[in-house]
Amino acid sequence: MNLLQELLEPTGDPDGWDAYGDEQKERVGFFTDTSVCIGCKACEVACKEWNLIPEDGRVWTGESYDHTSQLGANTWRHVAFVEQRKPLIGDGNGDGSTGLRWLMESDVCKHCTHAACLDVCPTGSLFRTEFGTVVVQQDICNGCGYCVPACPFGVLDQRKIEATTDPPPAILGRKEDGRVWKCTLCYDRLKGGHEPACAKACPTKSIQFGPLEELRERADARLAKLEAEGWNGAQLYGRDPDDGVGGFGAFFLLLDEPEVYGLPPDPVVTTRDLPEMWTNMLAAAGTLLVGVAALTFLGRRG
Amino acid sequence: MPSLGTSFGRGGATDFQQDLQNSDCIVIMGSNMAENHPVGFQWVMEARERGAKVIHVDPRFTRTSAMATKHVGIRAGSDIAFLGGVINYILQNNLHFAEYVEHYTNAPVIIDEEFADTEELDGLFSGWDPEQGEYDVQTWMYEGMEVHGAAGQREEGFDPTKGEQSGHGGGGSGLHHGEPPAEDPTLQHPRCVFQILKRHYQRYTPDFVAETCGCSVDDFVEVAEALVQNSGRDRTSAFCYAVGWTQHTVGVQMIRAAAIVQQLLGNMGRPGGGIVALRGHASIQGSTDIPTLYNILPGYLPMPHTEDYGGLDGYIAANTSPTGWWGHFDAYFVSLMKAYFGEHASADNDWLFESLPRIDDDNSAYFTVQQMLEGNVKGYIIAGENPAVGHANGKAHRLGLAKLDWLVVRDVVEIESAAFWYDSPEVESGELKPEEIATEIFFMPAAAHTEKDGSFTNTQRLLQWHWQAVDPKEDCRSELWFYFHLGRLIKQKLEESEDERDKLIKALRWEYPTHSAIREPDAESVLQEVSGWEIGSGKFLSGYKELKADGSTACGCWIYSGCFKEGINQTARKKPHWEQDTYVAPEWAWAWPDNRRLLYNRASADPDGNPWSERKRFVWWDAEQGEWTGLDQPDFDQQKPPDYVPPEDAEAEDAIAGDHPFIMQADGRSWLYVPQGLEDGPLPTHYEPHESPFDNPLYSQRANPRRQQNKDLAEDPYNPVANEPGSDVYPYVVTTYRLTEHHTAGGMTRSVPYLAELQPAMFCEVHPDLAREVGLEHGGWATIYTSRSAIEARVMVTDRVRPLRMKDGRTVHQVGLPYHWGKRGLITGDSANDLAHMALDPNVHIQEVKAFTCGIRPGRRPRGPELPKFVAELREQAHSRREQDPRVEPEELRKTSS
Amino acid sequence: MREKLHPLSDLNGKPPGTTSWSGSITEAGTDMRSYYGRPIVKEPTWTWEIPAYFFTGGLAGASSVLSSAARISGNETLARRALYIGAVADLVSPALLISDLGRPERFHHMLRVVKVTSPMNLGSWVLLVNGGATTTAAALQLLGKWKPLRIAASAVAALAGPPLATYTGVLVADTAIPVWHEGRQELPWIFGASAAASAGAMAAMFVPPRDAGPARRLAVAGVLAEGALMQAMELRLGKIGEVYHEGEAGKFSSAAKGLALAGAALLARRGRKSRTSAVLGGALVCAGEVCLRWSVYKAGFQSARDPKYVVESQRRRAERDGTKATTKPGDNPAPPSRGA
Repeated sequence: MNLLQELLEPTGDPDGWDAYGDEQKERVGFFTDTSVCIGCKACEVACKEWNLIPEDGRVWTGESYDHTSQLGANTWRHVAFVEQRKPLIGDGNGDGSTGLRWLMESDVCKHCTHAACLDVCPTGSLFRTEFGTVVVQQDICNGCGYCVPACPFGVLDQRKIEATTDPPPAILGRKEDGRVWKCTLCYDRLKGGHEPACAKACPTKSIQFGPLEELRERADARLAKLEAEGWNGAQLYGRDPDDGVGGFGAFFLLLDEPEVYGLPPDPVVTTRDLPEMWTNMLAAAGTLLVGVAALTFLGRRG
Repeated sequence: MPSLGTSFGRGGATDFQQDLQNSDCIVIMGSNMAENHPVGFQWVMEARERGAKVIHVDPRFTRTSAMATKHVGIRAGSDIAFLGGVINYILQNNLHFAEYVEHYTNAPVIIDEEFADTEELDGLFSGWDPEQGEYDVQTWMYEGMEVHGAAGQREEGFDPTKGEQSGHGGGGSGLHHGEPPAEDPTLQHPRCVFQILKRHYQRYTPDFVAETCGCSVDDFVEVAEALVQNSGRDRTSAFCYAVGWTQHTVGVQMIRAAAIVQQLLGNMGRPGGGIVALRGHASIQGSTDIPTLYNILPGYLPMPHTEDYGGLDGYIAANTSPTGWWGHFDAYFVSLMKAYFGEHASADNDWLFESLPRIDDDNSAYFTVQQMLEGNVKGYIIAGENPAVGHANGKAHRLGLAKLDWLVVRDVVEIESAAFWYDSPEVESGELKPEEIATEIFFMPAAAHTEKDGSFTNTQRLLQWHWQAVDPKEDCRSELWFYFHLGRLIKQKLEESEDERDKLIKALRWEYPTHSAIREPDAESVLQEVSGWEIGSGKFLSGYKELKADGSTACGCWIYSGCFKEGINQTARKKPHWEQDTYVAPEWAWAWPDNRRLLYNRASADPDGNPWSERKRFVWWDAEQGEWTGLDQPDFDQQKPPDYVPPEDAEAEDAIAGDHPFIMQADGRSWLYVPQGLEDGPLPTHYEPHESPFDNPLYSQRANPRRQQNKDLAEDPYNPVANEPGSDVYPYVVTTYRLTEHHTAGGMTRSVPYLAELQPAMFCEVHPDLAREVGLEHGGWATIYTSRSAIEARVMVTDRVRPLRMKDGRTVHQVGLPYHWGKRGLITGDSANDLAHMALDPNVHIQEVKAFTCGIRPGRRPRGPELPKFVAELREQAHSRREQDPRVEPEELRKTSS
Repeated sequence: MREKLHPLSDLNGKPPGTTSWSGSITEAGTDMRSYYGRPIVKEPTWTWEIPAYFFTGGLAGASSVLSSAARISGNETLARRALYIGAVADLVSPALLISDLGRPERFHHMLRVVKVTSPMNLGSWVLLVNGGATTTAAALQLLGKWKPLRIAASAVAALAGPPLATYTGVLVADTAIPVWHEGRQELPWIFGASAAASAGAMAAMFVPPRDAGPARRLAVAGVLAEGALMQAMELRLGKIGEVYHEGEAGKFSSAAKGLALAGAALLARRGRKSRTSAVLGGALVCAGEVCLRWSVYKAGFQSARDPKYVVESQRRRAERDGTKATTKPGDNPAPPSRGA
């Protein structure tokens, strides 16, 4: 029941993380600083190489230089490209006369402090690691898909192509993988004392990996610097432990409002309202019981 | 890189990318560094974080521009006008670094009175020979210095080789002795380089720049100001360029223009300064150092040619500069012969010089293609190249390949150049019929870099070793394996031969140990040979200074000598910079020459040997120790004091004074003005691209007079240009480029799912105004056409490609085309290079794919036989009108129709 | 692999998600209030089995209550038939759920844990209990054996029934999909009412009118209640609720209303006299309930597909509660000491 407790009176800590006791490690995460992202997509490729993620389709979208489009079962890092007629700094620059800027942002699973996907997972396949991150156990996941709509960021998705690992038994005649996949923050690399593949590959330190504490301080300093330099629209996203998901394990420095990058402006972990929903349901259930009884006894048989 | 070679003495990037973090201002021009050199670009970002200005001057707003603090859009191909403007801005306002310019450059040198400038001859320098269509460089010389006889002889009727030979300071060999005979330290003499420069660029005013480049006066001045304010004793600025400059008919001169700016501002040889030449391929620098070029031997030693030198001595004399490090040419050459032929090469047989093959003609790639088309080439080996997609006018290449007897293609996948005979636009259109192509094609699967040991020489002359990670699959083999066993088998077959022509092959040392089941040669044993050893003792050489001309040393490439010193593979050192004392990190891999990271670094100290400033201290003279010291290996005689004055009879490096940092140059100075070594002039001049919608605002001489054209080649027709009638058929400027997601001709990336999905289709980038003008819709299709061919592409309508307003009120629209696609691989598309022509830069024979003209219309291109018909109709329409026009000047009469 | 290409033609040449468009992707980006109109939250991966289960699960749950109530009130016929109906529904339900899984062979992983934060997990347990109890009771009823055990089983089923009938409301509400999550107050009630209606209607079909009074009353009451609740929910949802009037959700929603009301009316007026009317009326109501489930189901997809629902609902909430996920210059972020 401690999970429900967690919901009723949330502490700032990731749900279930404290259960590790002595084996608990320092909470780590990403600080993705879009002000130095050059849009090289090395993170996308490094991620796929390391995690053996299948290709995600070859479709020319016409959406600037982004042909990956969104995070999903087969894309765990996604670089967004937004072209704007706005100067990067102050009221002139970029293209000089007109003022152009080209926003690039490498999106990833947020590894929420309060993770809806983890909460709603009926099998316990999604779990909180000793590093405070959220990971899907592929040997447990039965592809119920509940976490997919539960995630406020649309990160998780079901892999609807042939299984690359641990295929389903032939008897059912299915070839589809059918399980749900997402960023593991390179759990295997963390176990081995390495930083995640995307951070390792990032040439400009746009993707910074480290203890969340440290990253948050670094981010505050960075924001102050950009403000001093007059950057337009600079803001941290998911850095604040008081937000609707208790702060992101992977947070961002953006140069425009979150929705411009396809991110929810004020995400809330849906299970925050679960106690209310349960009470509500019990009331409805009780009413149903009483109601049916009443309608049976009151009034005639035929 | 003759531009840097002639200006400074070595044909390589003068600085290392890590040093960019110390720049106060970085000008990226002719390069899309963030997209094509993302790893090195981290140091530009580092500089930006430290408050440096990052300026990107480019026709397009790219991922580099997005990171820059300033982007200036200019018309593709107008770079010399822009840089000339900067030079003029500096000179007119006396903003040059006086002390630096006076001591370290050839500004004070007085030039031959016969010399006449383009300003006097309406776009031509003195010595132009209309018949030959080339320059006689006699009059470009320093006053009182006759051209080096043998050098002259070397040039005679043999211009095409000049370029690369000049690449590594070959130009220096034109000078007789160190100090130029006539100088004016006050820089006042009307014929001194400084004054010539002033006159040459006086018309490059801010207004002229704005009108010619299509940028605003303010933008130009802002850039010029930024450069000036961030140069001098206390600050330094750097230039970064790539093939955005090289790939023009005036490419070498564009780079020269930047070299002049950097000399005037005193940014050469100093931390955070210099000119960083960014190379596209993994080891393209290496492939000119140890060349895949036909006209030079390793270390930029000229390949002997058919003219009579009067034997070995003549050859050596012709290429030895009495002063500077080229004074030891004989040692470099003899050591190379000993490396090649071991005991077979001896003083008695002139080290087999007489048996060396001779070049009797231009054998550059594009010339060879013409020869193929004329049926003069029997066989061709293609390795690490995909001409059918990567070379200008891909159609001409494919048609040429179809005329070979045999073709060998070595690549990791079956690229277009191997599959052209059954899968190419020409097969589609019926111009080629598989059953009629007689060419026998051998596809040899190659091993990838992860499947073999070896070294890359990167953009900053750094040799970095890599180890094999996995065995090559199936019958894939490394280049080393292929050429070693090929040589071995040939030697076997010729064992019995008494033929004179086989003598060399029989004499070849070919002893490399092999390992593993496939008998892979030991790559390190090759590196050892490249680095060199003392033949008697077998002791490894520590550097080129130990090379001897008496045959007692063997060295496969003199500039690489020392990369295996003390028997240690220096290139395999991987100690990260954070574990070393300085950011220079000398223990990470090994750089030529002599592990120097920042070339000409003696210039980081003033003439007296003290740092120009505390902030910019790098290498300086330590009076107590009596030697040069600092953060880097001094690029200077370690013990030569700053006040050293060479005696009259001094030779080689001893003839270089203590305050002349450019030790490869015969006079120890950098060259603002290049008296010898370049085909198309001692100073950069604005010429229009071979194909452009404009006349030359300066001269009636529209384009580079020395550019190489294929006047009689039916496969390479040109568009009408400027105001010629018919030019309106091809009214737009097109520029081609690469994307981060793909590698050049795409052979290595279009076949990799993880990369293919990131940029899955060929597209063109156009401005909304152009889209409206011709009715293109974002996400739809466009057909782009030139006299050569037509291609189709998805349409990306974006503000990132700006239209430019020119002086006559005309608006010039530019079309951006990535060139990665072809018919093979996971993602296919038309090749942008099919549109390009084969007019070349005269120094390095590079195609002009960064600026030419095209037409564009909505919709997909015609299919099958309709395609060539479509192209021909437009071409005829344009050309017929052009030929009837009397205004077309004969001088400009370029081949017009096929 | 999800379809990544936006059908530009469908958007009259406009890039998706843009408010204005003069042909340049740059101008589009400047005006963008979403990322090229791409969804922010993912649509569920669920297929038809899920809404079908919402119906069968509800039917099973409410039927087991009806059955026990009827038995206590001495209406044996109704009790039996309702029990059998519930049993059948209870057998169909797990089949539907399992076939929707990406990895059906791992269905039992649902029962690895008991997890109160996962409505689907608790639901699985409830379904197990109710299903087990009902089918046991039904089997014993058929065999006419072990009465005490049958009674016990029926009792368990009766208690597990209401949760089974209502938890699915929480199941969908406990997601990030605006129209579902924001409807969390009403959904369990709506699903409960719908369950009651379908149980009553189904019984009315299979029980002779002279014994089916309670069933008819239940059906009519359920329909009325659910109709009122739907109205209330849509009113409260405001703009987010508009998906109930658009696309497939809209179609199913109006079909639901029409069918259910018609069926209820028929049951109320002639259900007692004519068996035919009872069967027809019951069928109509059941059809209506199926449509209701489908409209709620489809509404979720539509709500997820268009990012404006996420953005607008969150922007509104943020303004109302002063919450936010961003830290702008000048804000002083909470000290990092928390949350790590």
